[in-house]
Amino acid sequence: MKLEIRRLSLRLEQFTLKIDVDLQRERTGIFGPSGAGKTSLLESIAGLRTPQTAMISLDGRLYENTAQNYSLPVRLRKIGYVPQDESLFPHLSVRRNLLYGIDGNAKHDTFSFDHVLSFLEIGPLLDRDVRSLSRGENQRIVIARALLSAPRLLLLDEPLTALDAKLKNAILEQLRSLHNEFGIPMMYVTHDPAEAIKICEEVLMLESGKITARGHPGQLLG
Amino acid sequence: MWLTPAEWQIVRFTLAVCALSTLLILPFGLAVAWPLARYRWPGKLLLETLVTLPLVLPPVATGLLLLKFFSRRGGVGQFLHERFGIDVVFTWRAVVAAAAVMSFPLLVRSARVGFQSVNQRLEHIARTLGASNPRVFFTITVPLASRGIIAGILLAFARAVGEFGATIVVAGNIPRRTTTLSLEIFETVQLGHDASAYRLLIVSVIIAFGAVWLSEALMKRSVSR
Repeated sequence: MKLEIRRLSLRLEQFTLKIDVDLQRERTGIFGPSGAGKTSLLESIAGLRTPQTAMISLDGRLYENTAQNYSLPVRLRKIGYVPQDESLFPHLSVRRNLLYGIDGNAKHDTFSFDHVLSFLEIGPLLDRDVRSLSRGENQRIVIARALLSAPRLLLLDEPLTALDAKLKNAILEQLRSLHNEFGIPMMYVTHDPAEAIKICEEVLMLESGKITARGHPGQLLG
Repeated sequence: MWLTPAEWQIVRFTLAVCALSTLLILPFGLAVAWPLARYRWPGKLLLETLVTLPLVLPPVATGLLLLKFFSRRGGVGQFLHERFGIDVVFTWRAVVAAAAVMSFPLLVRSARVGFQSVNQRLEHIARTLGASNPRVFFTITVPLASRGIIAGILLAFARAVGEFGATIVVAGNIPRRTTTLSLEIFETVQLGHDASAYRLLIVSVIIAFGAVWLSEALMKRSVSR
């Protein structure tokens, strides 16, 4: 993966998010306290926020270039986004949630329905009502739905918040092996050092909208 | 049943024109309610005021405006007559037009609340999953706003059933052609046919009560969701 974020400037309530970074690791962590701008950074990459200035490209494909007034529409970015709050469509069944992002014309062996379902162990949940899912089940379905859209990059925004320790560890294990299983790069936002150490190859420390450190999670956070 | 055949005909006619008018305003109502719920732009207040105007204008005044608009010498009326040979004034079409205009604000207001209750986060997520804007609108936004929209439809329908002032100006009260429940109640009271008036009154109350009750129940759920 090669994610270039150049001259990103996004005005937030308390400060301006300023990022200029070149990311090449497959599992990058964004670590920092609440309100540091982590979610805003992910949203800018996904196209859910429009920065005042930015040049963003992923593997050579231009996503955003404010200098040329160019912004690739969100739906064409192929970015799987897993937010921290519950984001399943409440009016659709689990099955229809999972099918929502599948491109009927594209055949994916890697992101096949059965493969994703068995990897995340969500087969038995298919016919459940979304509103009856536990928080852990909910997040696994959200991750599966993002994977089934065959994304180029997976953005995970504190996906394990509000889970108990046992469940958190179980899903962390799945997330850790997710890259090996599907070959998909990911960016993982967290403010829990243990999560970052367990999942990420590299961590960016974000404070008040600026990257204050960058390095191996064990050295930086251990 | 205790209604006379003539009264049944009036009830059927009223329900039919009101259903048609509600159906006609639905796409326009959604097209107005959605941007009002989501965006800010210069002139938004003007649109809000225009949309609400039929609620506060005397219905007879609205009827007079419609009469000007749809008469053979009016802008749209002349076009319809000359181009398609269609007359509106003093026909069932005028009843539909009056009901549509008078009930439009209620549809817009409820649908707007419905759209405002939709968590925009879910629309964003749908886009990251590759959905186009129309797909997001029809598969996420509208279903999630459906309680407000359905409440608006019911309220608009109930308002259409009760419409009187604008209808009598633009459609008159022509038996078997433009006579609606409200017009017939007025007529029977004028003529002293109290029994008929009360029978039709009960029908009106049942329709209005059912529609408003359902609408209120749906709106409450829409807001609290």
